[in-house]
Amino acid sequence: MRIEKHPILTFPKTEDIIFIFEGKKVKGIQGDTIASALHALGIKTLSYSIKEHRPRGFYCAIGNCASCNMIVNGVPNVRTCITPLEENMVVERQTNKGVVK
Amino acid sequence: MIEKDLIIIGGGPSGLCAAKTALEAGMEVLLIDRSPNLGGQLVKQTHKFFGSKAQYAKTRGFDIAKKLITDLEKFEKLEIKSNTTVTGLYSDHVVTTYDNHEYLRYQAKAVIVATGASEKFLAFENNDLPGIYGAGAVQTLMNSYGVIPGSEIVMVGSGNIGLIVSYQLLQAGVKVKAIIEAAPTIGGYKVHASKIRRLGIPILTSTTVKKAIGKDAIEEIEIVSLDEKWNEVPNSSQFISLDALCISVGLSPMHQLLSMVNAKTKFINELGGFVPVIDHHHQTSIPGIFVCGDAVGIEEASSAMMEGYLTGLYASNHLGKCHPNEKEMITHYENQLSMLRDGPFGIKTKVGLEKLREGNKHAE
Repeated sequence: MRIEKHPILTFPKTEDIIFIFEGKKVKGIQGDTIASALHALGIKTLSYSIKEHRPRGFYCAIGNCASCNMIVNGVPNVRTCITPLEENMVVERQTNKGVVK
Repeated sequence: MIEKDLIIIGGGPSGLCAAKTALEAGMEVLLIDRSPNLGGQLVKQTHKFFGSKAQYAKTRGFDIAKKLITDLEKFEKLEIKSNTTVTGLYSDHVVTTYDNHEYLRYQAKAVIVATGASEKFLAFENNDLPGIYGAGAVQTLMNSYGVIPGSEIVMVGSGNIGLIVSYQLLQAGVKVKAIIEAAPTIGGYKVHASKIRRLGIPILTSTTVKKAIGKDAIEEIEIVSLDEKWNEVPNSSQFISLDALCISVGLSPMHQLLSMVNAKTKFINELGGFVPVIDHHHQTSIPGIFVCGDAVGIEEASSAMMEGYLTGLYASNHLGKCHPNEKEMITHYENQLSMLRDGPFGIKTKVGLEKLREGNKHAE
């Protein structure tokens, strides 16, 4: 959910960015990171743990914890909390250590 | 190999300030940050700072960041690389970077590590469920990207960060159901705690989270009371429904890069855990590699800035480039630092720093 009213901050309307999440077309906005766009859509599960396949969201949002790693445009282990969202990005949940293609 | 006088790793308050004094001293500086923007954690801090005017008191964190970044605009000898992660640091001052497109190698004459801190985590059942965040993460999500973490939240930890972020959650329209604190007393400033209580948020001391409950994301938590020996009080369980849990149990200095050059470290509880051993000029045990800010001990952003200004001067001096006003500036910033450390929370830092210097004597 996006903040509409805030006593201190303003969030000016920016352009929509269309991207693909798990095969579906979804919408973020200019200025989003991949993780913030997904959160705004209510998507909290970004990956599944390697052994037990437990759902994982992000913890730190500044690129430390690796809990937000996803597959972006085919590249695994992308820290989606600090990666700016781009038009037509293909974003997928990661379920393994990452495969180098 | 690209050559630079000084490479500063981390564009938060400390790194930005170090860049300023080093540039004034005539150094050619490369400033690297892995985030899309400079400013570090200041960019998400909507509250006004305490302290004196020289430490940017009464100014909101994000406005301080803007000011520090603007201060650097006039320097031609500055190169900024954001969205860039440092992947390697070597004792001969080689720094390697990766920016999602390109891998580069730099040769610097000196390096300042200003990498800040990371949030601590807490052990409890199901602590990996989505919807459990660090307090800093919640701040980033809300204040930098305008997205709220959930509609009903509980804060774990009543230090200043826990109290301030709870207030910011309210400002963003999130219901804060409670702040829980394992210790018998509130950790942060009374002024913050009173404000929170006046707004009707209960602060439950001697209480901790035992378990998170939920399938794909957190839905509920079990909290329990603790006795004076930090043991669970039997039959004290309570359940709170929520869709986000915020963990604010302190910070750890982040200096993993310094392990790549085998810089000496020492465990000092007062500074937040393992910290690099430094001399009086913020130089690590590896000549020409300096460290400042939270990476060398957890303090306020105000202290990180003062340390940054100083370390920029020290690194320049190390390379024989003295700032025209070096002496006066060092005295000024050292005074600012000792004023900041005179506060109620500063005693801890002072004790910690004393222990750190002792460690250095042994190292020498």
